[in-house]
Amino acid sequence: MSDVILESVAPSRSAPVDRANALAGIALVDRIFHQVTRIAAIIVLALLGGVILSLVHGSLPAIKAFGVGFLFSQAWNPVTDNFGAMPAIYGTIVTSIIAMLIAVPVGLGVATFLTELCPHPLRRPIGVAIELLAGIPSIIYGIWGLFVLAPFVQTYVQPGLISLFGDVPVLSTLFAGPPYGIGMLTAGFILAIMVLPFIASISRDVFDTVPPVLKEAATGLGCTTWEMMRHVVLPYTRVGVIGGVMLGLGRALGETMAVTFVIGNAHKVSPSLLAPGTTISATIANEFTEAVGDIYTSALIELGLILFVITFIVLAIARYMLMRIERKSA
Amino acid sequence: MSLYAARRKRNSMATGLAWGAAIFGLAWLFLILASLFYEGVKGLSPAVFTQMTPPPGSQGGLMNAIAGSLLMTVIGVAIGTPLGMLAGTYMAEYGRYSKLTTVVRFINDILLSAPSIVIGLFVYTLLVAPMGHFSGISGAVALSILVVPVVLRTTEDMLLLVPGSLREAAAALGAPRAHVIVHVAYRAAKAGIVTGVLLAVARVSGETAPLLFTALNNQFWSTDLNAPMASLPVVIFQFALSPYKDWQQLAWTGALLITVAVLALSITARALSAGRRKAK
Repeated sequence: MSDVILESVAPSRSAPVDRANALAGIALVDRIFHQVTRIAAIIVLALLGGVILSLVHGSLPAIKAFGVGFLFSQAWNPVTDNFGAMPAIYGTIVTSIIAMLIAVPVGLGVATFLTELCPHPLRRPIGVAIELLAGIPSIIYGIWGLFVLAPFVQTYVQPGLISLFGDVPVLSTLFAGPPYGIGMLTAGFILAIMVLPFIASISRDVFDTVPPVLKEAATGLGCTTWEMMRHVVLPYTRVGVIGGVMLGLGRALGETMAVTFVIGNAHKVSPSLLAPGTTISATIANEFTEAVGDIYTSALIELGLILFVITFIVLAIARYMLMRIERKSA
Repeated sequence: MSLYAARRKRNSMATGLAWGAAIFGLAWLFLILASLFYEGVKGLSPAVFTQMTPPPGSQGGLMNAIAGSLLMTVIGVAIGTPLGMLAGTYMAEYGRYSKLTTVVRFINDILLSAPSIVIGLFVYTLLVAPMGHFSGISGAVALSILVVPVVLRTTEDMLLLVPGSLREAAAALGAPRAHVIVHVAYRAAKAGIVTGVLLAVARVSGETAPLLFTALNNQFWSTDLNAPMASLPVVIFQFALSPYKDWQQLAWTGALLITVAVLALSITARALSAGRRKAK
């Protein structure tokens, strides 16, 4: 590396004036480079501001037309230009909850497996495989969900759930109705499979920040692996694990393609998890290009704004917590 | 002794569950890859690469979609990479302790995981609505916004790993600051930055949501950036949801192509950065 420097600042033997000019030139280039990088950083900052501003601007007609009632209305009628966000928000939250209920315990289990139980030669390959799977595009999960998972759920899982819980008071309303295959439960399950690699690999990284001395001390006192995880590793990494879970939640909330394929796109709030529903992102993906009229488009953009605000809050909390654990390990 | 037995029992239950979780998680993921290969390979033929997307019921391939995807990805990366690299350079080299850096780092992390469909809406209101029509260039811009955070993050991280003594040595030889950054710091961080760009390409090449209403789609061959443009993910989306068997087959094949490309890119990126990590 240093040879490059040597050749490009060869000692100059020219007159003092030339030397001053050359130095001024170098200083100018230096200043320009400094400012260009600073402007680039500011552009990144402005990007987020731009996103928020453009979403607010785009949703103004809908905000004026429906006010706060938009959030609680179940209406979705393009013919009469009457729109409400309730079914989409409900679907987004319910599918994300289902996803997290499955993905968090499994993800923590995978992370525990990778840090404590997995035979050493297998640790890297399995870790790498999980990280690679986290990069697979969501449309792949979508097409698999539509053609493989949904038929499977329809023939095997849903009839079983319906007959199993048909007579149990609360659960019978959760698992009611005909088995369509597609619906909130299937969408939640696909989301769980999608966010699992994220939660697993972040938890693994967070578990790795625990100083070995702490774990050795616990083992030295005679703790079992479970007791060490429960009383040493988890308390130490609590903040980071919650951060990782929130990051997964952020993904689940905003995930579009995987859900759009299997959610069924029905604008209603139904108590049954087997019923088709919709999410914010699925509604936008399905209807945006078909939206005619300003109010329709604007209502969809307002949905996008709501989604962005929700995910922004979740991601901000996640980042804050992950930052805290990073500082702790540094 | 019964307490001991209970503890041992609880421990073996917990570790058993962790094993179960790992098998459960990995099994689903490999199941997805297996059915993807099984269904996708069936439709693989030269026609996929040489023919246009067909109307229902006739022969066709994915040529225009592949070309559109490549074109928009290349332009998106070409716009996003310099911006991300320069911003990352500022954060690691000039403003390491400045407030701006802290704020941008936080904002960038948010952008990194923001829902991509929201980015699509942003570009729609920014470019598509004023222009009055969907276009390839707005699709590329949407992709470039997704490239920036990935490249910025890795550039900053990699530059921070470059030892300060290298910079000091160069500065002591009289090299100006910009020179130190371009010829010493960039060079030392090259593998890491290339990794970031590859990861960005991998991420962007499978993105569907932001293209749905920026580039839209196109049944025909088109390299006109001012017109709607086909892309592999959007074609997969439309064909998979169609009732036609041959369209669904093409969707599977397209999905296979994307997955293979994405996996190849991530593995290459990983191989490049492996040397780096060992050095650390």
